[in-house]
Amino acid sequence: MPIRRDDRDRYVEVELRRGEEPLWLRCGSCGELVFRRKLQENSYICPRCGAYFFLTAEERIAALVDEGSFEDLTLPLESDDPLSFSDRKPYADRLKEARGSTGLSDAVVVGRGRIEGRKVILAVMDFRFIGGSMGIVAGEQLAFAMERAVEERVPFLFVVASGGARVQEGVLSLLQMAKTVAARERLAEAGVPYIAVLTYPSTGGVMASLASLADVTLAEQGALIGFAGPRVIQQTTGEKPPPGFQRARYALEHGLVDGVVPREGLRQELARLLRVLEGVPSG
Amino acid sequence: MADENVIQALEDKIAELRRLVERDGVDLREELALLEQRLQALRREHYRGLSDWDRVRLARHPGRPRGLELVIRVCEDFYELRGDRMGGDDPALRGGLARLGERPVMVLFHHRGSSKEEQRACRAGMALPSGYRKAARLMRLADRLRLPLVTFIDTPGAYPGVEAEERNIAGAIAECIATMLSLSVPTVAVILGEGGSGGAIALAVADRVLMLENATYTVISPEGAAAILWKDATAAPQAAQALALSAPRLLELGVVDEVIPEPLGGAHVDPEATAQVVRASLIKHLAELQALPVDRRRHLRYSRYRNAGSRGTKAKAG
Ligand SMILES: [Zn+2]
Repeated sequence: MPIRRDDRDRYVEVELRRGEEPLWLRCGSCGELVFRRKLQENSYICPRCGAYFFLTAEERIAALVDEGSFEDLTLPLESDDPLSFSDRKPYADRLKEARGSTGLSDAVVVGRGRIEGRKVILAVMDFRFIGGSMGIVAGEQLAFAMERAVEERVPFLFVVASGGARVQEGVLSLLQMAKTVAARERLAEAGVPYIAVLTYPSTGGVMASLASLADVTLAEQGALIGFAGPRVIQQTTGEKPPPGFQRARYALEHGLVDGVVPREGLRQELARLLRVLEGVPSG
Repeated sequence: MADENVIQALEDKIAELRRLVERDGVDLREELALLEQRLQALRREHYRGLSDWDRVRLARHPGRPRGLELVIRVCEDFYELRGDRMGGDDPALRGGLARLGERPVMVLFHHRGSSKEEQRACRAGMALPSGYRKAARLMRLADRLRLPLVTFIDTPGAYPGVEAEERNIAGAIAECIATMLSLSVPTVAVILGEGGSGGAIALAVADRVLMLENATYTVISPEGAAAILWKDATAAPQAAQALALSAPRLLELGVVDEVIPEPLGGAHVDPEATAQVVRASLIKHLAELQALPVDRRRHLRYSRYRNAGSRGTKAKAG
């Protein structure tokens, strides 16, 4: 299901892609069939209507870091399904499927790379993996990434794409908010810069912890940024969210982010920011 | 298992007879004693077989001791401090100075209110960004005055409203977690009723986490999980079970350090007795924490949260 949203200054739409990688992709917004290679060259923005496609962690990384500079540091960890959780489907099966379809062990990829020559430690979320939800493994990867950034004294870049906490790991998921915030405290004490890039979606538990505590917070144009979803708000309070609610521009207007950046300009923007921060952390 | 409605009916009956005794002076001692006996037996039977869903309902029981009423039973001389100093004061998250076992402490608690009017103002204990900003302010103040921090948690979750979002509820919760983790003073959290997701953990990243026997602590409400994962609102009892939200399960998982027993039938049966058990437990834990050197305490807290749930992972297969 494509998600239609109006971001005021530009019509932006994102489409979740799953499974195999066909040569052609259909834009969920305008219906145009786009050659995959062409889409890739265009930052996964529909050349006809400007809709944004969801990015996998791999695509996001490729779009941000210098070619050939990325080194995958993701810890070889998987969820052990600590609650033996089962709803209509066992969690263990959901995990297996998500691993199979994404080739990832969980929702966060960690690595080292360069943006226009400047080193960063990155943690990038992949929305395909159970909605980018943060469970224990994602929490571990994020904490580990920050620890690497402290050790190497290199800025930490967190690209968020998450609907919130991983329900199937119960309170243990909730505690990952504490885990990532604890690790971020060490990062802050070490004076290592932390840059967050909020994309569609950045909501729930991830937003109510690590993602809200960056030194510099950028929103990709069209990003969804908030805590509770519009449906929960409407159900609980009867309030009708205004147009553009929780979108990047709205977040900027309400003082939640430092800037809104179109996807095609994100790499340049980060390079500019890293250049200004040259020499931080000092020593 | 004994039916809650039967228990409720019996409780009502006893109350009615007591009123009669008071008003008309009739001697109903024997009848009352019999009924009391029957009630105790029913409660015992009911209590033995409590499901997680039963606990969810007990945690939400309207008569459950909570908020200000509980705090003033547990502590002495509660002196409320108000306002986030940034334009708001949320009645759903309150706090202030108090004395507990001969020492001054800072307390923070969710508040739901007793009168209808107050309950409306408190939005069922769902706090606003200003509530969490006030909490963070009082946490910093506790650190400055070297006062141990005690938090009482009872919320369905942070308030999901348009204005709350515009005022950055997510950021306010994140700041609260960060502040609480960074404190030098001892910290103890007590989950009293509902420990609902982000709104609860904002006050729960303590050195010790205690939980009343029938309280719940969960990443999402059972109803929410039922709607999202089961696509069926009636699956809430199953969701409650699956989420491991009960005190005994969370003790097993190492999320809480101690389960505080409730009177037979639940905390609402005897709020004063409940408060006294909470008080005794708090005094014990604070004394233990106070005996540790600051660095040691902070180190233990850091590793507790840095390693939270780590046992729930395994090395990647293959
Ligand atoms: Zn299009």
